[in-house]
Amino acid sequence: MIPRLHPKVTQAAAKTLLWALTGLTLLILIFIIVNISIKGLPQMTLGFLFQDPQDMGRHGGIFSTIIATIYVTLLAIVLASPLGVGTAIYLTEYTREGWATRIIRFGSECLAGVPSIILGLFGFVLFVMKLGFGWSILSGGLTLAIMVLPIIIRTSEEAIKAVPQEYREVCFSLGLSQWQTITRIVLPSALPGITTGIMLSVGRSLGETAVLLFTAGSALRMPTTLFDSGRTMAVHFYILAREGISMPNAYGTAAILMISILLINLAAYTLMQRLVKRYS
Amino acid sequence: MDQGKFVERVLFLLALSSISSLVVITVFIFLEGLPLIFQTGLTDFIFSSHWAPTKGHFGIGAMIVSSLLVTLGAMVLGVPLGLACAIVLAEFSSARVRAFLKPTLELLAGIPSVVYGFLGVIWLVPLIRNYLGGPGLSLLAAAVILGIMILPTVISISIDALTAVPDIYRDGSIALGATEWQTVRRVVLPAASSGIITAVILGMGRAVGETMAVIMVAGNAIKLPASILDPVRTLTSNIALELGYAAGRHREALFATGIVLFVIIMILNLSATLITRRR
Repeated sequence: MIPRLHPKVTQAAAKTLLWALTGLTLLILIFIIVNISIKGLPQMTLGFLFQDPQDMGRHGGIFSTIIATIYVTLLAIVLASPLGVGTAIYLTEYTREGWATRIIRFGSECLAGVPSIILGLFGFVLFVMKLGFGWSILSGGLTLAIMVLPIIIRTSEEAIKAVPQEYREVCFSLGLSQWQTITRIVLPSALPGITTGIMLSVGRSLGETAVLLFTAGSALRMPTTLFDSGRTMAVHFYILAREGISMPNAYGTAAILMISILLINLAAYTLMQRLVKRYS
Repeated sequence: MDQGKFVERVLFLLALSSISSLVVITVFIFLEGLPLIFQTGLTDFIFSSHWAPTKGHFGIGAMIVSSLLVTLGAMVLGVPLGLACAIVLAEFSSARVRAFLKPTLELLAGIPSVVYGFLGVIWLVPLIRNYLGGPGLSLLAAAVILGIMILPTVISISIDALTAVPDIYRDGSIALGATEWQTVRRVVLPAASSGIITAVILGMGRAVGETMAVIMVAGNAIKLPASILDPVRTLTSNIALELGYAAGRHREALFATGIVLFVIIMILNLSATLITRRR
């Protein structure tokens, strides 16, 4: 027979184990950040940031990849924001809960679950091949926009819902139309939350590789038009690491990428906390 | 038409075009891939492991099995770890500790998959090669890396499920003389079970769909793995490795691979939604 342990003993054992596992998770995170920073930060000189890559990335910096990253991300955000925020307004302000909202919300959830390689495959066949945009900033930005759309829809919806109902009632009682209420009161109040969604989308876009490898391509030249191929930082890092071109440059690129994403996410989190605090 | 109606129409169109992207993706992937599945025969395509696309052999059996095994391995590692973090954060830590730990752990979600893959190659693969044997690039390496990558998904959804359990349940249990741990194990966890199952399913979805990290550490050999130290190629890796140079029927076969992946993901998403709705 197994001797029964005193509940206090079991509790102490369970708590110790759970805290140990949490500690392990924290250690993994710290290991990743410290490892990339120690090897990568020494590479991060002004020259590295502002010189174009030379000799496949073996020498020189990563300037053209930074620019390509900014272009595709900007394009994705410009395309996805109006669509995502518009969808969120429709879901929260213009319809009652019903089949329409359920389908739209379910579709957005499914879209969030579509793996990036499927999006890459789709962007490749539609934008790169069928529409003839080729491997380009345009194809990359369009596909990325679809990827970040669910993030923007979800965060905007939450932000708009967080705006207290009384705000709207006061506006209506003052004779404002619904559209005036939304544009002058609801949206400005929800702006921090919407911005959070956009920042999270930027973070996702910076780190994305599978989508961009097959839609934006991997040309190292500086992209000058929407139809130029551009290699983003994440794709550049992947190629440097996988083909063993230059470990120091790979670490340097990874460090810049990781630190900028972490800073953006942290800022987004802080902004969201402030919003939550204001309305609760 | 007055302004209100007009605005409503425009917003409805925006919402419609948002979800229509999902429809367009589905249609395109199926249009490109289905013909090849019909030509090869569904059973041959799914159950055969003979993949030689340039010679007309399209069997993705080994890759389906590899994808499922890698995912299973990731769950074995990621679910206990993620659930432990969620329980500690939701039940056993003070507000101040939580305010620090939660955003810190969420940072894991921001680390790009290529960075996970890279560190896997640099640290994990040599460890496996030197201490466990085999080539190092293996099912095990992929499972460990994926297990870490699904943590943010598992943690955040589990925390939501745990905090949604009303405090009355906890108070009642404690008042009856149960310890905190007994309360968590017998009352809070069962009450939160559907949310936790959703967390696990969505974690699986992430693991099945992950590409870049897996390509870097899994070794990519097309055969059924005999041990966890064997190199494997998953469905996602197969698409990413060959899309760059595939043409004609070969490219169609990659879209067909995408269909199988898509169906697996949709089944997972659908079951997650159904479980959440039943609650």
